[in-house]
Amino acid sequence: MGMTITQKILADHAGKEVAEPGELINCRVDVVLGNDVTAPVAISEFEKLGRDKVFDQDKIVLVPDHFAPNKDIKSAEQCKLMREFARAKGIKNYFEIGQMGIEHCLLPEQGLVLPGDVIIGADSHTCTYGALGAFATGVGSTDMAAAMATGEAWFKVPGTIKFIYYGQLPRWVSGKDLILHTIGDIGVDGARYMAMEFTGEAIAALSMDNRFTMSNMAIEAGGKNGIIAPDDTTTAYVKERARRSFRLYQSDADATYAEVREYDVSTLEPIVAFPHLPENTKKVSEAQGVKLDQVVIGSCTNGRLEDLQIAAGILKGKKVHPEIRVLVFPGTQQILLEALRRGYVETFVEAGAIVSTPTCGPCLGGHMGILAKGERALATTNRNFVGRMGHPQSEVYLSSPAVAAASAITGEITPPWQV
Amino acid sequence: MKYTGKIYKFGADVDTDAIIPARYLNTFDPRELAKHCMEDADPAFPARVQPGDIIVADKNFGCGSSREHAPIAIKGAGVSCVVARSFARIFYRNSINIGLPILECDEAIDGIEEGDQIEVDLESGQIINLRTGISYQAQPFPAFMQEIMAKGGLINYVKDKG
Repeated sequence: MGMTITQKILADHAGKEVAEPGELINCRVDVVLGNDVTAPVAISEFEKLGRDKVFDQDKIVLVPDHFAPNKDIKSAEQCKLMREFARAKGIKNYFEIGQMGIEHCLLPEQGLVLPGDVIIGADSHTCTYGALGAFATGVGSTDMAAAMATGEAWFKVPGTIKFIYYGQLPRWVSGKDLILHTIGDIGVDGARYMAMEFTGEAIAALSMDNRFTMSNMAIEAGGKNGIIAPDDTTTAYVKERARRSFRLYQSDADATYAEVREYDVSTLEPIVAFPHLPENTKKVSEAQGVKLDQVVIGSCTNGRLEDLQIAAGILKGKKVHPEIRVLVFPGTQQILLEALRRGYVETFVEAGAIVSTPTCGPCLGGHMGILAKGERALATTNRNFVGRMGHPQSEVYLSSPAVAAASAITGEITPPWQV
Repeated sequence: MKYTGKIYKFGADVDTDAIIPARYLNTFDPRELAKHCMEDADPAFPARVQPGDIIVADKNFGCGSSREHAPIAIKGAGVSCVVARSFARIFYRNSINIGLPILECDEAIDGIEEGDQIEVDLESGQIINLRTGISYQAQPFPAFMQEIMAKGGLINYVKDKG
């Protein structure tokens, strides 16, 4: 019996021939990731183990991105704890502001995560790296602590749901719309404990930036990982970044799937998720007219160069609506620099938006754009839970960068073809 | 290990932002986190919850973020156990790793109301509603996880392995 790409990667990292769904296995991990919210807890747990050394100084990545640049004294203490731990243990991949970026934009860009890897991160959106054909999943801080010590983590091998996307994407429909549509279809626990495998001609035609967006939101359907088998687009992306060898896995033709779901993408419209769950999806034409106080473009979901390119293309020569605030968060310093060089930053500023240094910022209601009671935001981020961007009585709607940029001009949810 | 306590009942898809909003994540002190536990789902919860009380919730409890602060806040608030129709994966894992007892049980959710007293037996998976006397059977933890729990969480487990 054949195996899925997820089974194959896990089996190899557990030193086994076969990994069956439901089986508990212990895997070698290639990368262990933490941020300024989760790593301090992990460091405190790591210290309890009484070990001098981390398992590998090259394989741990620490990124202060959630509340950095330090938003208050407590956050500054958390970042300091992480910085000092990185120095004391000789961890090479610690990214200070200035080199830093939003972790899930930064790691692929820096070639730190590669096809065929097993990656665990103490951040739920670690599943982003599945877009490279890696097994990547979010864990908690204690798992991170144990993995920093041992280089291993236990997993229950997940069954896989295969998603096949047929047809050609219409204009203005992006990876974000595909994944929102999928979550709307299966629900926020539709893939709970499962591997999500994204396949089909529409996926093959997607850029890496759009693939990262899709894999990023696998967790919003409860998925353990969201994987896309590597192809020429993947290898073109990684070959100029990789500083170690990597392995390309594919699912076997006779692999067993728990479920197969098929979509014809050629008739899709951009999607908007209404408060307070990512599964509350509507077509943009049905969401039209919802008045906004704020638009956020960026995050680990949609803060990559192509996202900024699309937003800048729509905002070029236009002004943001005078009654709303528009905030742009490039994913990394490199993305910010390239956006500067290409004139996107100028476009945003001339339109009346602000452009921030990379940070998770308002996505999780941390800082830089918190909502007051009764306010409403449209964001290219990943979650619209109660209180996610601020006051428990504020609202977050989710969309693609194209819909967000168009709505920034009109001050209400607007299809991109109308501006 | 058996736990007896009063029930606080929550609905489906209670997310980690509702369990502990991100605005409080600049610390991981359990007492500080406990002050805001479940605040965005039920603002009165932190003041009302008593040591030993039990949370009962519908499907997909703890969905969203990987923040271990969520089970830490619940444990810090004195909650002895969480019973849900189902748990989101990372929350489930984190709870085991930090030693917050949790059980999944479909039937119990429909048979338990806010304010009921229940008894939970972690080893056998038996849940008894002390108001109605009806008992429910949850799937006990797999042996591997029981071992982690028995050692008091993943850190001790790893420590013992050397």
